[in-house]
Amino acid sequence: MFAGVDPVVVNLFVFVLAIFVGYHVVWNVTPALHTPLMSVTNAISGIILVGAMLAAAPKVFDWGGWVGVLAVALASVNVFGGFLVTRRMLEMFKKKEPKKAEAAQNAKEA
Amino acid sequence: MSINLVALCYLIASVCFILALKGLSHPSTARRGNVLGIIGMAIAVIVTFIVAYTVLSHNSATTNVVGIIAGIIVGGLIGSFIARWVQMTQMPEMVAAMHSLVGLAAVLIAVTTVNNPAALGLPVPLPTGNRLELFIGAFIGAITFSGSVIAFGKLSGKIRSAPVVYPGQHWVNLLLAVAMVGFGAWFFLGGGWLPFIVMLAIAFLLGVLIIIPIGGADMPVVISMLNSYSGWAAAGIGFSLDNPMLIISGSLVGSSGAILSYIMCKAMNRGFISVILGGFGAEEGTQVTGGGQKHVKSGSADDAAFIMGNAESVIIVPGYGLAVARAQHAVKEMADKLREKGVLVRYAIHPVAGRMPGHMNVLLAEAEVPYDQVFEMEDINNEFSTSDVALILGANDVVNPLAEEKGSPIYGMPILEAHKARTVIVNKRSMASGYAGVDNPLFYLDKTMMVFGDAKKVVEDIVKAIE
Repeated sequence: MFAGVDPVVVNLFVFVLAIFVGYHVVWNVTPALHTPLMSVTNAISGIILVGAMLAAAPKVFDWGGWVGVLAVALASVNVFGGFLVTRRMLEMFKKKEPKKAEAAQNAKEA
Repeated sequence: MSINLVALCYLIASVCFILALKGLSHPSTARRGNVLGIIGMAIAVIVTFIVAYTVLSHNSATTNVVGIIAGIIVGGLIGSFIARWVQMTQMPEMVAAMHSLVGLAAVLIAVTTVNNPAALGLPVPLPTGNRLELFIGAFIGAITFSGSVIAFGKLSGKIRSAPVVYPGQHWVNLLLAVAMVGFGAWFFLGGGWLPFIVMLAIAFLLGVLIIIPIGGADMPVVISMLNSYSGWAAAGIGFSLDNPMLIISGSLVGSSGAILSYIMCKAMNRGFISVILGGFGAEEGTQVTGGGQKHVKSGSADDAAFIMGNAESVIIVPGYGLAVARAQHAVKEMADKLREKGVLVRYAIHPVAGRMPGHMNVLLAEAEVPYDQVFEMEDINNEFSTSDVALILGANDVVNPLAEEKGSPIYGMPILEAHKARTVIVNKRSMASGYAGVDNPLFYLDKTMMVFGDAKKVVEDIVKAIE
């Protein structure tokens, strides 16, 4: 029955449902991790790299292709920078666990 | 590779992104989430690379392969370098800079699409539906770009962070917005480059004008808002390219930024619209003074060390001043010294402390403060009344008890109730009032001792004095 549906309508379905998913997932993010949330969403919005790659690969390569290549480079900064800096930050949030265990053990031994 | 297979790969990548965000609900699952995010991105990029060569482009134009790979390598190296060397105190600037890149990339993709729709697998001439979406994606991208550049300038101190206001400001912005939509409509109805370029130029200008009236301490809202915009720009481009991967990721980012903006506004008890219209703290603050000379008791780092050394419990309230002075490591050292003496040390974080959501948490994490010593406002506010000392480092408005008094400009803002502690020690560089331009009666209480100076210097002196 939906065979003839306009792609725009399908896109709208995807869009609205994705917003709902995002809304519910993000409310569960602990406030302590709001900065990593921003950096990881930076990386995720680097997904625009997908569009940039298509723009950089026209059948006939004209100036538009070069603009696309530039977009690829910009989006790549986000993808790599975003995920790596998030990882760096999350490592900082991790470090304490072994230390705390160690401290607890020391306390026990003492 | 069939287009159905591509779509299924995009579905897997989208699920990875959702799990990446879900992982952030607790520090213990966050790193796994980040790995999933990377996997999702890798799937999306590899699949798209294949699509670009098998579905869209049947000739083997080597320029494209080299161009794309070179772009990824150059961008990737720059991104990795920044991610490795950026200081945690500079995270707000870095995030702002990255928003601007997404915005600019969205604009560039829109430009190439107008130039050659067929390159992106779209029909020629471009259907009106795609035109509308392209126009929306492009102008949000342009506003995100120029707005983030200004936000970056303000956060990194390259531009004065004080609000820039002039008469008729909002009308100018409104007029420009109407003009922008007008040119967009012209483009939508079949116009070519001219309306598209004019529309983009107005959008770039608008991005600048929207951000300049917003002052430093409202930056947590601005940066979250631009985060949201960068997502909507990606989603808009996704619509115009009929690409579900972009739509889903863009919506996730867009709603994430919107929620953060909401949380930040609520933490300042200010409406989103009022923050965006800006100008707050620009005028001389209408001081709610009780009249008469006010007396401030000031003390030295030694005094502070003595008081805290004899306390049973200390709550540390960090603010932007701590980030500016990069005092997080010194604070951690001080807390360790106090703990050795048997003092219970905890940290209280106000949601808008610093210049971006979660700013203080990251700084403390960098200094290796265990996260179970760091408390959010709601969880620790009841503890102040039973604490011996509240140590306030470079925070002001977030501990201003005037927020509880009707008629004050910050009335209703949720605050950390530091004034309920038995003794309050405040470190500030000077007696200047906070961002809101409101005097802080906390500083004049009998139980308050002011220790003036740079946060790092003062805390280091306290560390020495504790020994």
